[in-house]
Amino acid sequence: MSERQPTTAKINSDLLGPVNKPGRGWYATVTVSGLVVLAAAGALAYQFSRGLGVWGINRPVFWALDITNFVFWIGISHAGTLISAILRVTGAEWRRPVTRCAEAITVFALMIGALFPIIHLGRPQLFYWLVPYPNERGLWPNFRSPLAWDFFAINTYLLGSIIYLYLPLIPDLALLRDKSRGLWRRFYGALSLGWKGTQLQWDRLERAVRVMAVVIIPVAVSVHTIVSWDFAMTIRPMWHSTMFGPYFVAGAIFSGIAALIIAMAVIRRVFHLEDYLQPIHFNNLGLLLLTMSLIWFYFTFGEYLTTWYGNLPDEMAVFDSKVSGVYSPFFWGTVICCFAVPAPLLAIKRFRTIKGTVIASMLVVVGMWFERFLIIVPTLARPRFTFNWGTYSPTWVEIMLTAGTFAYFVLLYSIFTRLFPIIAIWEYKEGLAVAREPSTSSSSVSSPLTEST
Amino acid sequence: MTEEAKEKKPQWAMVIDLDRCTGCEACVVACRVENNIPTVGPEEAAKGRSINWIRVERYFEGEYPDVKVKFMPVLCQHCEEAPCEPVCPVYATYRTDEGLNAQVYNRCVGTRYCANNCPYTVRFFNFFDPVWDAPLDKALNPEVSVRTRGVMEKCTFCIQRIRKGQEKAKDEDREVRDGDVVPACVQTCQTKAMYFGNIADPESEVSRLSKSNRATRLLEELGTKPRVIYLNKGD
Repeated sequence: MSERQPTTAKINSDLLGPVNKPGRGWYATVTVSGLVVLAAAGALAYQFSRGLGVWGINRPVFWALDITNFVFWIGISHAGTLISAILRVTGAEWRRPVTRCAEAITVFALMIGALFPIIHLGRPQLFYWLVPYPNERGLWPNFRSPLAWDFFAINTYLLGSIIYLYLPLIPDLALLRDKSRGLWRRFYGALSLGWKGTQLQWDRLERAVRVMAVVIIPVAVSVHTIVSWDFAMTIRPMWHSTMFGPYFVAGAIFSGIAALIIAMAVIRRVFHLEDYLQPIHFNNLGLLLLTMSLIWFYFTFGEYLTTWYGNLPDEMAVFDSKVSGVYSPFFWGTVICCFAVPAPLLAIKRFRTIKGTVIASMLVVVGMWFERFLIIVPTLARPRFTFNWGTYSPTWVEIMLTAGTFAYFVLLYSIFTRLFPIIAIWEYKEGLAVAREPSTSSSSVSSPLTEST
Repeated sequence: MTEEAKEKKPQWAMVIDLDRCTGCEACVVACRVENNIPTVGPEEAAKGRSINWIRVERYFEGEYPDVKVKFMPVLCQHCEEAPCEPVCPVYATYRTDEGLNAQVYNRCVGTRYCANNCPYTVRFFNFFDPVWDAPLDKALNPEVSVRTRGVMEKCTFCIQRIRKGQEKAKDEDREVRDGDVVPACVQTCQTKAMYFGNIADPESEVSRLSKSNRATRLLEELGTKPRVIYLNKGD
């Protein structure tokens, strides 16, 4: 927390700044990312009209960048909800300016990740056949299929994350309603659900947020576990692994924190929120990132060592292709990006600055994308009978779609910062109140906030 | 046929005698013609997009000039415990009561998950709309449905011939017996390396051959219980 205690008016004007006057950079970002998204949409239209043959996938590599992006973005989505929920549940005071950036990442990353299971289908127009509804085919979805589990897990997580993002947004929406006119007033008024800031409303909100924070943690863990089971439930070498669940969840939180640090650094810089997002936040998240880096390394080491020691020929074919074969640049790239560089960088206090954590985070995001690719493609390229071994290289359509996911994320996130305060104003003020009276519980200090809304 | 076998549905199985296979690939051609398998052209084939419900895998042993080539025709193994079946989210692939691993093209949405979980790599995806070079486009088999873009396909054990054989047996008021059902690959095999029949009937040829001490199944250790039995004397 800052030593200086800013006034309510200053907090309001600082944190509502991006909403009120977005600035030239915002328009430039939206334009550029929007154009990339349009280009990716063009590539997608081309794919829909010609067929999946315009991708580089083949037999035996039936999944490649599509599922890489799917797993990667679902992983990024763990930034938010999970981290914010854990920090809330454990009552970490420094979380306050961080939670909303994180929760927004979750919702948008999830929306992007969830696109891939649909657009990668041979007949994407029929994706709704995975929905259990009474139909003329007289057929339920196959509940034994991990893809059906995926469908439910992702939808539950998406719904939960949207609620979890929305609930703490309500008081800020009311603040925006009170400060805006015309159509905007109606827009925020409808969204703020008649929030007046009465004690009863505060009590209910606090309780709802507390419940959601607890509920969302097992949901988040289950989502990436189920994503990992898409692989672990098969009998493919180096997919069929009992530790894939925790391995994927750890990797997801890892890449999620990295994405959060990058997003926070960008927000801090472009919206001049240096007073709110302080080195302490980057330091603390950097320590979390370090922890996850060590856990990731532990899992990876355990996974590869047991495979190598077991020395089963089918497994070793995949292992060799990763560690010393055609995919070794990706493997060693992953090790360097996820562990060899970030771990020392984050462990040494002198480097755990904003710049240091951002560099580490960028490496981690790249490394984790490689890692997802590395999990999917080498196993598929090395079927048990050597006669069917294959290779994979992406086409421009897949590369365009991948670039499009990043642009789409930037676009959605930019629009979000334009519409809603990216730092929770009331939570920040509540934090100041808690700092003034450390002995009081958080629910009883919420009443002074009512004056501000 | 015994009384017990008569009460049960026939259980289809194939026997391939590797010691007789010359690797001529006549079975591959016969299968293409019988089952309306589209041609993808040399470029797409090089990318791994060709469709061959049956293929002859070649394995080389030793160094030139002392080389030994082994041929192994591989098709859908119609596993009793098929790994492709439980992973399909829309029941596009399932087990019939005659022990066939059926693929319902109209149900398939094209997740390709089945292909990823098949240890034999015998499932094929239609990456583009199907094409036949002229005059093959005028020679499609009317008894086999043409698949659309975006669905999986694979060997059916020539289910159209199985149905025909069963109808013939029914017309003659008898049980199905050896010779009633002959898939295209089996029919065309020059060296008579392939056999097809009802393995639930202990008197059928496939039943007899499956008990041979040369009999083996592919990747038996995975517990998939394939319905294709290979005969191989070993070395």
